[in-house]
Formats: sequence, C-alpha cells, structure tokens
Amino acid sequence: MQFIANIFSLILGLIVSPLGIVTLLAIAGYLLGRRKAAYFYETHGREVHSLPFYNASYVALSTFLPAILFLVAFAFIAPVIYQALVENAYQSHLTSLSDFEQTNFINDVFALTSGNITSKSSETITEASQYLTSLMAVGDMIRWGGAILLAALFCALTYRQVTPRLRARNRVEVIIRTILIICSVIAILTTIGIVLSLLFESLRFFQKVPIMEFLFGMHWSPQTSIRPGQVSAEGSFGAIPLISGTLLITFIAMLVAGPIGLMSAIYLSDYASPKFRAVAKPVLEILAGIPTVVYGFFAALTIAPLIRGWGESIGLSVSSESALAAGLVMGIMIIPLVSSLSDDVINSVPQAMRDGSYGLGATKSETIRQVVLPAALPGIVSAMLLAISRAIGETMIVVMAAGLAANLTINPLEAVTTVTVQIVTLLVGDQEFDSAKTLAAFALGLLLFIITLTLNVIALRVVQKYREQYE
Amino acid sequence: MSKTILGEADRESKINIHTTETAKKRLGRRYAKERRFKLMGLGAVLVAALFLAILLITIISDALPVLRQHYLTISVPLPAEDIDPEGKRTAESVSGANYGGLVKQYLRDQFPTVKSRREKKALNGLVSSNAGSVIQRRVMADPALVGKPLEQDILLSDYADLYFKGSMASKTTLETSGIASPVINEGEVKILSTSNDFNNLLGEVKQGLAGQLKSVEREIAGQQRVLERLATRKKSLDGQLPEANERERENIQQRLEQLELDKAAAENRISKSTDEAADLNTRITTANNTLNVGRDISSYLIAINGGVVKVKQVSNSEITGQILLPLKSAAESQKGEWQVIRVSPPEASRQISDREIAWLDHLKDKGLVKNKFNTQFFTAGASREAEVAGIWGAVVGTFYTMLITLALSFPIGVGAAIYLEEFAPKNRITDLIEVNINNLAAVPSIVFGLLGLAMFLNIFGMPRSAPVVGGMVLALMTLPTIIIASRAAIKAVPPSIKEAALGLGASHMQAVFHHNLPLAMPGILTGSIIGMAQALGETAPLLMIGMVAFIVDIPGATGFTEGFTDPATVLPVQIYMWADFPEKLFQQKTAAAIVVLLMFLIAMNAIAVILRKKFERRW
Repeated sequence: MQFIANIFSLILGLIVSPLGIVTLLAIAGYLLGRRKAAYFYETHGREVHSLPFYNASYVALSTFLPAILFLVAFAFIAPVIYQALVENAYQSHLTSLSDFEQTNFINDVFALTSGNITSKSSETITEASQYLTSLMAVGDMIRWGGAILLAALFCALTYRQVTPRLRARNRVEVIIRTILIICSVIAILTTIGIVLSLLFESLRFFQKVPIMEFLFGMHWSPQTSIRPGQVSAEGSFGAIPLISGTLLITFIAMLVAGPIGLMSAIYLSDYASPKFRAVAKPVLEILAGIPTVVYGFFAALTIAPLIRGWGESIGLSVSSESALAAGLVMGIMIIPLVSSLSDDVINSVPQAMRDGSYGLGATKSETIRQVVLPAALPGIVSAMLLAISRAIGETMIVVMAAGLAANLTINPLEAVTTVTVQIVTLLVGDQEFDSAKTLAAFALGLLLFIITLTLNVIALRVVQKYREQYE
Repeated sequence: MSKTILGEADRESKINIHTTETAKKRLGRRYAKERRFKLMGLGAVLVAALFLAILLITIISDALPVLRQHYLTISVPLPAEDIDPEGKRTAESVSGANYGGLVKQYLRDQFPTVKSRREKKALNGLVSSNAGSVIQRRVMADPALVGKPLEQDILLSDYADLYFKGSMASKTTLETSGIASPVINEGEVKILSTSNDFNNLLGEVKQGLAGQLKSVEREIAGQQRVLERLATRKKSLDGQLPEANERERENIQQRLEQLELDKAAAENRISKSTDEAADLNTRITTANNTLNVGRDISSYLIAINGGVVKVKQVSNSEITGQILLPLKSAAESQKGEWQVIRVSPPEASRQISDREIAWLDHLKDKGLVKNKFNTQFFTAGASREAEVAGIWGAVVGTFYTMLITLALSFPIGVGAAIYLEEFAPKNRITDLIEVNINNLAAVPSIVFGLLGLAMFLNIFGMPRSAPVVGGMVLALMTLPTIIIASRAAIKAVPPSIKEAALGLGASHMQAVFHHNLPLAMPGILTGSIIGMAQALGETAPLLMIGMVAFIVDIPGATGFTEGFTDPATVLPVQIYMWADFPEKLFQQKTAAAIVVLLMFLIAMNAIAVILRKKFERRW
C-alpha cells in the first residue's frame, strides 16, 4: 500500500509542476487538433492536405516547445538574476567584506534558503535569505504563469490554424528538422563551451601568474594562502615537473602497450586461427571495458606494493607511489586500444601484397616485417599517437597510484605527479573560485586539451597524408 | 591465407636436392626467426590475457569475504521504566533511550571480570558502533517490544569480523602430553606440567626470538645500504653544486635537504633496531633458561579449566602467564583437556590483541556468533565504519545519474546522427561538425569535468554533488560515442529501402523515420549501451563537480524528484573513496564494489551483444 501511495504522490508531484501542466496542455492540444482534423478529413476527404496525425502533432508541438524553452531558459537565468538582486540589495554590506567573504556570504544565503546547513549564520544572512525567499516566490509565479500562458496561447493559435488547407505535415517536418539541427549543434556547443571555459579561466590565471613562468617554471607547489593573513608560502606554478612526470608515466605505459599491443594485433590478424581469435578478441575487449578506477585500485593496492617489495629485496629504494607502478598499469589499460587500432590497419593491407611476398619465397614474419608493416606504418603511427594522447589524459590510475610531489626526475622508481593528478588535487575539496590555485587547474586543463587535441589532429593527418591507397 | 607452401617431408627432400649446405643453414635461421616471431606474437596476447586474469583474480579474491559477515546475537532487556518512562509506547517516546548503553551492559555481563577503563573500551570495540542505533530503529518500528527482552543480531566490528574470517591472525594448537596444574595468584598464574611440554614451548620461543633477531639484523643491514647510497648521491650533488646556475642550485639545495632528512630517518631506524637487537640478545642468552615472551614474537595462549592464560614467561618446566579469561578452578587438568595455542603473527604486528581473541573465541564457543550473508553491504549507505558501510547509496546515485545521462544523450545523439547522415547538406559547416565530433570523442574525460565545473556549477549555479549535473556532464561525454555508432548504423541500411519509400510518395522525413530508423535501431541501441557502459565506469569528471562528498543519506529518500538534486555519489567514485581508507575491510569492500560495478558492465555489454546478434541484419 505504502508503495502504491508513493507512486501516486510521485505522479501527482510530476503533474502539478509547470512541466506537467504544459505536458497536459500539449496532450489536450493533440486531442483537440486531432478531433478537428478528423472532422475535416471526413467532410472534405481528399482536399485535406495532411493526415490528422500531423495536424494534431502540429498543435501539440507548438503548445509544448515554446513553454519548454521558456522553462529551460528560466532555470538557467533565474539563479543569476536572484544573485544579482541579492548582491544589489546588500551592496553596502558586501563592500565591507573581502572577496572571499563575499562569495561565502552569497553561498550561505542560498544554502540557508534551500534549507541546507550554512558555514556560519548571522542576522544579515537570515535577513537576506528571507529577501531571497520572497524573490523566489515572485520568480515561481513568473515561471508558472509564463509557462501556462505560453502553452495556452500557442495551443489556441495553432488550433485555429487547423483547416483542410493547412500544410501541417510540412510544418511538423520543419519543426523536427530544426530539433535535429539543434541536436547536432550541441556537439559544437560542447566544444565551444570547453574551449571558452578553459580559456577564460586560464586567462584569469595568467593575469596572476605570467604564462612564461607557468610554461617554463621548474618548480610546482600551488600552496597559496586561502584566507587573507593566513601564514603560508607563496605558491609557485611551474608546469615543467608536471609535464615531465606525465611524459615519464606515458613513456613507461607505451613501453608496455606499444610492443604488446602491436604484436598481439599482428598475431591475431595474421597467425591466429579463427577459434583462437574468437577467444582472444573478447579478452582484449574486456581489458578495454574495465573502468579506469579499477585499474587505479589494482595499481595502488597490488602492483605498487609488489614492485616496492621486489625493489627492496634487491636493495633499491622504491617509492610506494612509483611512476613505474602507475605506468605499468596504464600500459595494460592501453594495450587493447593499440591492438584494436593496429589490427584494423593491418587487416586493411590487401591480401595480394602478402601473396606477392609469399610468392617470392618470404616467410610469414618476413612478409609482415618487410611488406605489411611498412604498408600499415601511417596507421600504426597514428594508433600510437592516439594511445599516447589517451595516456596523457588518463586520470584515475595516476590519481590513485602516482604521487602528489612534483619531482623533476626520470627515475621510474621515484614518485612523480602528472597534469591530471594536479587538476584533481587542486579542485577536489574546499576551493575558492578566484584563487590562483583553482584557476591553475583550468590552465592545466587547457594545456592538457591542447596537447591531446594536437596529438589527435596529427594522428589524423598522418593517416590522411601518408596512407597508401590500395585497391 | 597460405600456410607453409611445402609439406614437411616434401621440403626436406627438395631442399636436399636443390640447395647447398650454407643455404640450408640460412633457411634454418630464417625458419627459426619465423618461429620466434610467431611465439612473440602469441606471447603478447598471452601477456595481455595474463594481466586480465591477475587483475580479476586479485579483485575477486579480495571481494569474496565480503559476501558474508559475522554478527553477534545479543539479548538485551528493554526495561519499560528506562526506555519509555511515560508509557506512551510511540516511536517518538522510545527514541531517546540510551540503547548503546544496553549493548555495552550486555557485553560487560558476558565478561564480569573486565574492570579497567581501557579494557572496557576494548570490549565495547568488539561490536560495531551502530549497534545501539540498530536496536533503537527496531524498537521505534515496534514500540510494543518494550518491557520484554529483545534478541537482536548486531554487527561485529571490522577487525572482529576479519578475525573470524581468518585474515587477522592464525591459530595453531600445539601438542601437549602432560598433566597441567595451575597456581593462581592475583591475575597471574603459574602452570606446571608433568611432561616436557613447556620445554618444547621454550624451544619454540627461542626459535622465534632468534628469527626476530635475524630480521632486525637484516633491517639494520638494509638501512646501512641506504645510508651508503645516500652518501654517494650527496657526493655527486655536492660535485654539481659549484657549476650550477641560480635555478639549478636551488633545486640541488632542496634535494640535499631531502637527503639530510632521509639520512636522519635511516640513522634513527638503525639506532632503534640496534637497541631492539641488543634487547633480543640479552633475552635469548639469559642464563637461567627462563624466557620472556614479548609482543614481538608469536604469542601463546593456554586454554585450561574454561579460562585462557597468556604466556608471559616460559622455562623448561613451567610457564607464568596473565589471565585473559578467568579459570573456573585451580584443579589439575588431564592430558588432552588443556591446550597450548600459538597465535601468529606477533601481537605487535596485528590489529587484534590476544585479549580480544580470547573474548571473541569465548563468545563463539557460547554460540553467540553468527556468520550470515552480508545484507548490510548491499542495503546501507556510506559510512566511516568499515563494517557498516554499504554501496546502496552509491547505487541509487548511479541510477539517478545514469537516468539523466540516458535521457539527454540518447535522443540528442540519435537526433544528431539522423541529421548528419540523412539531412545535412555537404558543406563546410557539416564538415566542421563531423571533425568536431571525432575530436570530442578523444578529449580526456577530466576536461568534461572542468567544463561542468565552470559552466554548470559556477555560471549556471547548479547544485554541487548533484546527480543532475553529473548526468549532464556524462551525457556530453557519451554524446560523440552515440553519434558515431548511430551514424554507422544508419549508414548500414541500404539506400534501396529509403528509395522504395520515396517512390511510394513518402516524404524524406517519413522515409527516414518510418523505414530507416527502425532498421537501424538495433545498431543504435548497441552503440548507446556501450556508450552508457563507458559513462557508468567514469570517475574523473564527477570528481570535478564535487560528487566525492562523503554522503551518508541515500539520495532520493525524500522523494523521487529530489533524488536528482540531492548530494550523491556514484559507484566508481565510491570505489575511489574507499580505496583510500586504510582499514582492511574497506579494501575488501572496495573490491566487492568493483565486482558489483563490473557485473553491471557485463550485464550491459551482454545485452548489447545479444541485441547485435539477434537483431542486426547485414545487407
């Protein structure tokens, strides 16, 4: 019984919301439109341009879409307006506070209003929260009223348009086409969003730390003071140790993944029996499908202690967060990527070339080394580049198994840190959005984005430019 | 594909006729090379398979113990005058009582000799700290229970549970042949044996001490090697110092400082170990042949007359020990009725003390300890207590997050694929979109997290740690995968089908939606499921938007729609968080959570494979 009551209240809750009302109106619009169109269909027969379904859909879509657009826009814009209004109303109070306290004040007001725990409360905060509550009440009225009004208006307008001569199908198709275009534009918007957000925050970072110091500085320790007056060392933001650490781990990973991935691709495409392939391929696919956090757990709790134990038994001091452990496991993770990409390339080398080589008396391995691999080289290079790009951008394995200390070293037994590790450490936990520390993460993100994008573009170019067109 | 061109026997005879000795040798080398190359290829595949096997075996073997958990069946009185003095018998009125105290009282009743504060604390630590609230919840659900004794299974603490699973300490019973007679004297006890049982024990203890001495000496030698290496490194750095410029000099100075620190640490360890070795030496070489059993070697417990004695000192005819559990009498114990139990590893290097072992064994002998299927793990939310922590909160969070991801990425992805494949004019803009989607698929996932943080959280002011934001970020991340897979599926439908529809007068839109799309659906679904599986295992972008917060409440407890905005975490992030905790049970639970995650992934991929096998048509 309890369960049914829950479901019932859930459905009721969904209906009694602007979205639910708008949906109901759209359904009503559909039914009305359908009735009217069906009537015309009976009376006018062939003169009717579109099927009742299209007439009805036209009314329903016209009812639904503008109201939904309004609701989505409202959801995004309203908080910004609320904040601006609160800031405006408490201008005098805010100017007396520091930057850090200002953001805290706003956060506290919003938290208190939505019924959460605040870091500290004061009379002004409570007062501001009451003001915000009244603002939100007005905002809610606008939201409800606007959505229902828009839906009803468009429903009525389009219902009147339903006549035998209405080209409803064409209109519906235009609407659907527009929706499809919007869908594909979202991919572009994502890229633009990524570039803009990274660029914007990075520019703010470079106002605090010169770009040259960031790119060529040899020292990384981002511990700036969080609160004014707090005793703390001034941070230094030189990315070289991070880049060198990233490259060291990537190098180790590629030492593992490159040969193993390539050799297994060769074996699977040219040597293995179909039966063996049927078993081996899924194994590689499973390796590819395991979440990186699992690899991270494996690296940190199994491989790292193992390597440390081995190292100590032969008298080497191995850091418990050695680059070797992280790189090794990352290599395992990348094997399937290298293998499947190279497999595709090797398979695309035409059989005639192999046959020609066999005809000249070459053994299979000679054929592979002297005919197949050279022909597939651009594809293999591109596969390796993609694998490197993947290794550089990989996060969880290094966050869990590599260190935090930014050592500038090429000793794989020592702990190094990477770009992604630093992004995570800088952004997880308490943060203040304007501090150099937080902004540094975005600068690192931009660096990462540029490096991986460049590698991908080069990989694509290598294939396009040097691929031999057979057949 | 051609195999060997000639048969083995054939080859032999032909070669003999046609080739010289050197050519034969050359051919032999080439074939050997061929075999090596083939073996290398096979080796590579096997190494990959081996890695997978090791990974899965370590994780599954870590995870298996979590399936069961040990509970203590306690029976507490629920005195009406304490629990509900007003006699209202409502959930409200019974909620305030001190239920934790009842559990503690029960434990003290089991071991009446426990008196000191420290011992009481250790005793209370045997059961999980949530025991009180378990009873509270049960009584609140049914206030009529008040006034009668209540029997309830409560969780044992993490180390007690691990002890019963055998991963904390191992016990071996040693042979005894004599009659033992205890002499009790204020918490201490002397036990004499008629045969040479204790002489054997003495030998064992001696061996243990000698072994300990050896390992301490090894430690000293190792640290000395470290010192030597530090010295050579210091020398080389000192050599570099004069030639270094300003920047490098700073760097070198820092390294030298670090070296000094390392050196001090090593020296400290050496001096500590030297003291330890000296102490062990004196203990081993004492003249009167009485050895002290310390915390640094395996400990020995003697179970006699219903009590347990911990051996403190041993000589060839008697032992002196500390009473862990009181003896019922000081009567002589016949052969076979008393036992010497070795508990290894040494007490100093395990998390459970001999006293706790004695208590737990006593409870188990009374039949109060139960080993049950671990429902806690599958139904509870996160907790700082290893034995209480469960994955349900994370599973629910994952559900909400994935719901958002699916609701956004599937329609948008399929829509984009339809447009790009069927309607888009071939111009520079669509080319751009295409290149852009391919690049987006290769952008590191953490960058999507940065996007979510900057856009959704900071600009749009959406809540931190909320599944709705996590779902949106993951949707953007899976979008390229779904678009690429859907386009391939749509492209695979032969044009003749669309042309037939167009020929019968359908509009382009109708042809696509009524004919192409249904035929492409299996492929689209397969691609989408694989994309969702990727999103399910993703961690890094969710860290960026604060889904790492420690959240005890299960999201959506107050209502379905609230579930999308409640702070939540997801399974992979839960795994990441648990992996950081030092407790062994947490490690096992991490492994178990991984197994659960992998099972979800396997299920999703299996569905994808079945869809592909069953519905995908090739034209």
